[in-house]
Amino acid sequence: MLSITNLKKTFTQPDGATLPILDIPKFEVAAGEQVVLIGRSGGGKTTLLHNIAGITKIDSGKIVFDGLPLQTLSQEMRDRFRATNMGYVFQTFNLLPAFTAIENVMLGMAFAKGKTDQKFAQSLLDRVGLKDRSGHQPAMMSVGEQQRVAVARALANRPRLLLADEPTANIDPANQQSIVDLIKESCEEFDIALILVTHTMEVANQFSRIDRLEDINQLAARAEEVIS
Amino acid sequence: MNLFTIASRSIRQRLLSSSLTMLSMAMGVTLVVAVLAIFGVVQKSFDANATLGYNVVVGAKGGKLQLTLNSVFYLSQPIENVPYEYYLEFKTQEFRFQEYQGSYSFKAIRQQHATRQTLAVSTLSSSGPLGGLMGLVADTTLQNEMDTMFPWNRPGKYKAYSNFVIPLCLGDYFGPYRVVGTTSDMFELLYHGSTAEDSYVMQGDGRNIENFSEQHGYFEAVVGSIVARDRNVKLGDIINPSHGSEEGDSHATEFTVVGILEPTGTPNDRAVFINMEGFYRMSDHAKPLENEDPYGADQQGHKMTDSDYRLPVEKREVTAMLVNMDPIFSVGVENAINEGPVAQAVYPVLEIRRLLDVFVTPVKVLLLVLTVMICVVSGLSILISIYNSMNERRGEIAVLRALGARRLTVYGIVSLESLILSVVGGLFGFLIGHGLIAMSSPFVEARTGVQLGFFDFAPPLPIAIPYLNQLSPEILLIPGLIILAIVVGFIPAYSAYRTDVAKSLGK
Repeated sequence: MLSITNLKKTFTQPDGATLPILDIPKFEVAAGEQVVLIGRSGGGKTTLLHNIAGITKIDSGKIVFDGLPLQTLSQEMRDRFRATNMGYVFQTFNLLPAFTAIENVMLGMAFAKGKTDQKFAQSLLDRVGLKDRSGHQPAMMSVGEQQRVAVARALANRPRLLLADEPTANIDPANQQSIVDLIKESCEEFDIALILVTHTMEVANQFSRIDRLEDINQLAARAEEVIS
Repeated sequence: MNLFTIASRSIRQRLLSSSLTMLSMAMGVTLVVAVLAIFGVVQKSFDANATLGYNVVVGAKGGKLQLTLNSVFYLSQPIENVPYEYYLEFKTQEFRFQEYQGSYSFKAIRQQHATRQTLAVSTLSSSGPLGGLMGLVADTTLQNEMDTMFPWNRPGKYKAYSNFVIPLCLGDYFGPYRVVGTTSDMFELLYHGSTAEDSYVMQGDGRNIENFSEQHGYFEAVVGSIVARDRNVKLGDIINPSHGSEEGDSHATEFTVVGILEPTGTPNDRAVFINMEGFYRMSDHAKPLENEDPYGADQQGHKMTDSDYRLPVEKREVTAMLVNMDPIFSVGVENAINEGPVAQAVYPVLEIRRLLDVFVTPVKVLLLVLTVMICVVSGLSILISIYNSMNERRGEIAVLRALGARRLTVYGIVSLESLILSVVGGLFGFLIGHGLIAMSSPFVEARTGVQLGFFDFAPPLPIAIPYLNQLSPEILLIPGLIILAIVVGFIPAYSAYRTDVAKSLGK
């Protein structure tokens, strides 16, 4: 379903110097497959997720999603593609404080389809265990509950791929497992491929495929060699 | 979940800041509405006071505006007087005949006629019956032909073109207020509002002046409401007008107040109205003639206060005449009067409009520019408010983008916020402005006679742009606010458009 070939990404630093961050010869994810990505901080995990989501453009290489080369799409088309095919769960939840839980879920629908399905949004909240909290704003919820809303939002457009960037990093240990279970089970239930970034091996070990960034990103591998 | 909901939620999220921004815009629009309303009242007041049942003012030749100001608004000094006979040109033959009876010319002709009759009788006795009879017939024929030429035997030459005429005799004062010699028609045929239903009403048991009353003769007065309040005048009080100016000597002639006008909002509130006959009978008000009363020996013994004494037409003058002219003929009659040597005719509405265009409109435009500048500053406060919020909102915008919102979508959301702040603030300003207008309505109406309601819009601006000069400028506020919102919203909206999602997105 997702195939990355020869992906290169470089950032330009404030002093004008270039900072190569990604050099991935090959990375593939099959439909419905769940992949955990681990690696040291600053290794380019979030950048890779942003590249896949089309939030940032790659310098070279290919990202093919179901046969569609995403690198050829315009910014507008990437936005639309992301909205309809991908879900994104952030480490810091990124819920919009002015909206209630169900409205946060429906926001994703609004941008993807131009219309919202309140019934489905409510069913997602039910699914993540927030049946009675749909009218609550983020400030009225615990961090665990906020991340549950974020997961429900990421599922709102029935995506083919869910990108989760350290979804348990800001959550207390008691809630971490429930969030992992929620993401894992939801992806299985809706047949969604998953790329989950984490630093926690307890989380990573619950998945059958664990990829080290250093194994797929040549730049990260070199950096690791220098450090060691 | 549409863009409007997203934008309005964002505004609600920053309620205090948004409210203050909207308040700033509301105050700006309130000022615009207030300025427009004030000048609307000024314009309506002038227009209404210049069309209180008459459409033409006739007076002595001179400045047209001066004639309008002193006859309609009782301001400035009268130019000069016109002969009473000119006033009679607007009257019926019957009225003219009655008025001319006391004139020197009428008496002269009557004396000539008596002389001819005496001569005819003497001819009859000296040249035999036939010759005498022929002489008498010839004399009668000649007299009949001559009779048609006498002014009292024909209707006034402008009578056919006018419905009525109200004479005004100015020159005296009661305190700082004008004393106006006129007839009872003033309050019977004219009205004080925009329609004929706004007829003059007297306070309490007061009544209009009568041309001659058993009780007070020719010496009755009706007092305007402001004069009555200011000078503490009551029914039955005696008024002695002062001659020529406020500081002038008081006439010995006493006028009894028989009526006090209810407030009208017209200049008539600031004037005293006396019987025109009484006006003429005050000392120094009769026009002096070179050969005083050569044929009026029979009047020598009369006093000015005698009811059967008629001041000769030749000794009377009027300062101005308020004429209700048939609109079809008004231009022709105006030309005829203006081409003549004696008087001028002016359209008061036209003169007032010119006055407004020259003096009032520039002030109005200046104030409007200032108030529009205030709105622009309010618009800038919207820009600053939204722009300052952009830093804290960059994360939210990045989330929206990450959820699939396109760049143009976030641009639209921020522009919409600017639009909502601007238009909602403007609408509040509009409501506050019109609320203030409605609240001040009783005060304004009492002072100017102009009725104001919540839904009264400012009259169109005198600008040379088709269509726009037919619309109330308040209507133009709406597109104006929208344009302002789009302009001031551009910078923050563009900033949102350019948001670097990857950088702004919390992990």
